[in-house]
Amino acid sequence: MKKIISLAEAGRLITDSSSIMVGGFLRCGTPARLIDEILKNTAGNLTLIANDTCVPEHDRGKLIVNKRVKKVIAAHIGTNPETGKQFNAGELEVELVPMGTLVERIRAGGAGLGGVLTPTGIGTTVAENKKVVEIDGRKFLFEKPLKADFALIYGTKADKFGNVFLSGTTRNFNTVMATAAETVIVEPEELCDEPLHPDEITIPGIFVDYVAV
Amino acid sequence: MELTKEQCREIIAKRVAKEFNEGDVITLGIGLPTEVANYIPHNLHVIFQSENGLLGVGHRDLSADGSSKVTNAGGIAVTTKPGAAFFDSLTSFTMIRGGHVDATVLGALQVDEQGNLANWIIPGKFVPGMGGAMDLVVGAKRVIIAMEHTNKGEPRIVKRCTLPLTAAGEVDLIVTERAVIEVTSQGLLLKEINPLFSLDEVIASTGAHLIVPDSLQNLVA
Repeated sequence: MKKIISLAEAGRLITDSSSIMVGGFLRCGTPARLIDEILKNTAGNLTLIANDTCVPEHDRGKLIVNKRVKKVIAAHIGTNPETGKQFNAGELEVELVPMGTLVERIRAGGAGLGGVLTPTGIGTTVAENKKVVEIDGRKFLFEKPLKADFALIYGTKADKFGNVFLSGTTRNFNTVMATAAETVIVEPEELCDEPLHPDEITIPGIFVDYVAV
Repeated sequence: MELTKEQCREIIAKRVAKEFNEGDVITLGIGLPTEVANYIPHNLHVIFQSENGLLGVGHRDLSADGSSKVTNAGGIAVTTKPGAAFFDSLTSFTMIRGGHVDATVLGALQVDEQGNLANWIIPGKFVPGMGGAMDLVVGAKRVIIAMEHTNKGEPRIVKRCTLPLTAAGEVDLIVTERAVIEVTSQGLLLKEINPLFSLDEVIASTGAHLIVPDSLQNLVA
């Protein structure tokens, strides 16, 4: 059985200078209540790893607005003007990573791989200071694995074994991030009394440490 | 000839919509490229892939609120078509990077004679990030750029991109309100011209050399 904790307890687990992966694509499939709990505490200097920094008014976007983040690793920051503003002012470090590379780096981190070789970014500034490997005449960029202290995961449904079902397009980065962090916290919309049917499990409970409700 | 922004976008989206084949899987970028979906001929069956994890994107779902569990890559709630599938970002980029997507339509800040594309950053000014664009241009079988011919009179089609690249040598076709231009190994081949503009106007508003064939066609939106 996984540890079922309150959202408030989960929020307190995130301490200063933690690195956090947060699932979600804009507002879809993101653990919004967990973010609100982090904001109730004082944790700052966070490294935020996410697809995007959402919008200023919602979930991980609020972490940026409230200046809790010192570094962002993301594919897109354009929907949250505050991210660009803090970056241009030198207050926030931003590492922009192609979306397909970001997801594969996280996968490598979670799957025990030493990195990824991708054609994406060859001939661009993304390739600066990175190893280029030629395989069968085609150039690939070596990209390092990515891990984090915490992964904050959205779930449509979860059970007490930590199994998670994700509906619609809420899967996005949640599935892969759940594999790549030291401590994985799921915020389900619904915690089911009965175990989920094995057929409907998107994230197997082995990856999950806490279910926060 | 002065066209409004809306007129330009409509001409471009309508013309791009004629570029596809039956059964094509297409990933559209945000903004103007998204409008292409509105003009696909009714007898043509194509499948729209959305990089956030949906194959078989339908229409905007006007009944949904901000908490919809089915959205497109712009975060807008959408319906699904029969045969649609949901998947995570890993699978989405396996489709995109792995060459399983037939065509992508993206906007651009600059495109040059060698098919280099810049569309993700203006250093110090505009830093949205590349999102999935770098993977899309590398992985899609065909890369179509849909953009207004100039940025307030400043050519977007240039000899060499001066902005940081999204990818090198991946663009296949450029569609603007003024012209349809193919990127070839010899350079930029002018295929079609909008009869609202003269050839001289098109050449003057292009910052790169255009190869003008004898068989220049009219751009029909």
